[in-house]
Amino acid sequence: MTAIPMRAPLSRVWWRVWAGRNRYLFGAVCLFIVALMLAPIALSMMASVKSTAEAAAVPPTYIPGSLSLDSYERLWTYQAGLPAYLFNSTATAFMTIAFALALTIPAGYALARFPIPGKELLFVYLLFALIIPYQALLTPIFLMFAQLKLTNTLVGLAIVHTAIQLPFSLYIMRNSFEAVPRELEEAAVTDGANSLQILIRICIPSVVPAIVTVALFAFVTSWNEFLGALVLMSKESTFTLPLILASARDETSLGGTDWGMLQAGITISMIPCIGIYLLLQKYYVSGLTSGAVK
Amino acid sequence: MYARPRSKLIGLLYLTPALVFVTAFTAYPFVQMVWLSFNNWTLITPPRFIGINNFTRALGDDQFWVSLGYTLEYTLLITPILMIGGYALALLVSPNTPLRRFTRAVIFIPVVIGLGVSSLLWVWLFDPRVGLINQALSDLGVIDEPIQWLGTDAWVSTWSIILSVVWKVLGFGMILFVAAIHAIPHEINEATMVDGASFWQRTRRVTIPLTSPTILLVTLISVIGSLLAFDQFYIMTAGQPFNQTATAVFYVYLNSFPYLKLGYGAALSLILALIILVFTIVQMSLTRRRRA
Repeated sequence: MTAIPMRAPLSRVWWRVWAGRNRYLFGAVCLFIVALMLAPIALSMMASVKSTAEAAAVPPTYIPGSLSLDSYERLWTYQAGLPAYLFNSTATAFMTIAFALALTIPAGYALARFPIPGKELLFVYLLFALIIPYQALLTPIFLMFAQLKLTNTLVGLAIVHTAIQLPFSLYIMRNSFEAVPRELEEAAVTDGANSLQILIRICIPSVVPAIVTVALFAFVTSWNEFLGALVLMSKESTFTLPLILASARDETSLGGTDWGMLQAGITISMIPCIGIYLLLQKYYVSGLTSGAVK
Repeated sequence: MYARPRSKLIGLLYLTPALVFVTAFTAYPFVQMVWLSFNNWTLITPPRFIGINNFTRALGDDQFWVSLGYTLEYTLLITPILMIGGYALALLVSPNTPLRRFTRAVIFIPVVIGLGVSSLLWVWLFDPRVGLINQALSDLGVIDEPIQWLGTDAWVSTWSIILSVVWKVLGFGMILFVAAIHAIPHEINEATMVDGASFWQRTRRVTIPLTSPTILLVTLISVIGSLLAFDQFYIMTAGQPFNQTATAVFYVYLNSFPYLKLGYGAALSLILALIILVFTIVQMSLTRRRRA
């Protein structure tokens, strides 16, 4: 920056001084917002490591007086046990990822490359779910799944989660396949490779970022989804994490809600999502910005 | 290779799994929902065709109107907060300094947590006995008696839920606004700085007009999301007091599942889907214009 000219009007000098101080002011505002956003998460995590008595104490404490894993131990053996619920949530999420990729990789490739008759119409049909919110479709889906014996199964829940994620995933996939330069495939074509070989050996390696984005959003959607699981799952042993925590809150045993155990469950539910976000932030933001303009 | 006569068929083959899936799990349920909405069905007796009776019944159903009105009220209250708050934060954190990048990343963290889980977290914070919000307010000397935040008074419950949802989703709009602000060409910003425009002049005359498509888009996404609100209400108030905080999706859920009025639930779903459709069409036409 150049020095302030001597003849600069006084107001401009004051502006510079104020702007200089502003940097600290804005810095302080940023830190204040950071504290505000992190406080609920931090308080919950701290509450999860309080001792049993302290977690239920009235008035409550902000910071645990002593560290204890009691709440996690109770959660570990709650109803079917934490391992079962973790398994349900994880298995559903991974099936959702697998289904979403298995459907949208070939579909995205086909839409980007092949001269399919009525292609744009088919594309619009595949994005059908965008127009009709899945919340409205749960009644007929429940009836269909009851006939197919898919209620109370993780596969059934994963199908619903895949249906929610399909339009977004397909949109991302088609765009990425279209961005792969056709020259890459030409050499393979002259070598006599067929389309499946080209898809596997050339196209898929070029769309890895899109695959990561689709998998990431499929995981987070499935891991967090609540209403579909609430409708489809009536047996407690098939509950996902959010469901069992919601029902643990409602359960009124002698001492009322077990708040410590609930915080332990909330902490365990939050950690994978926050961890994945921090690791794959780039994919998250790019997926969001390109997905929001779908 | 893609020009061969056979490739039309091969292409269709790659598309088939997705087509089958969407037909089975989106299009067919939709058709069935329309069919259900003209029937009376409680699972015990076989479905009986009753024409548009479910729809006329909805018109005379007080709780349906209460739920629809409440959902609209919630949407009207929360959307301006999310838009103005998200945009203000985006202006604050859009410069790429380390502190602001960090702030941006932190504000986005609650977005990745599930709404069900974050609602449970806030139920605890709002609890009158063990909740830290009442505790903090009484430690600060603001209140003497613990406040019943959830499920006792509809207005207080609504604002409590709004507070928790704002915390949870503010970062969503912010991140899209930041992306839009970053997409403004450098030359434009430099030109305004050379002209000596202040920050507020620049925001009002340049930044906001140039990001207005994103503002509209985020508004629509937020409105659609709020009209479909369920998790936070189911968990935080369960519709209490007296179903005054039962949202439209909540009421559809109550009719379809605990009450098993499947035909009526389907008719309500259809009405709700049509309302949402209006907003979706606006959203899609906006994004299409933007891409063109």
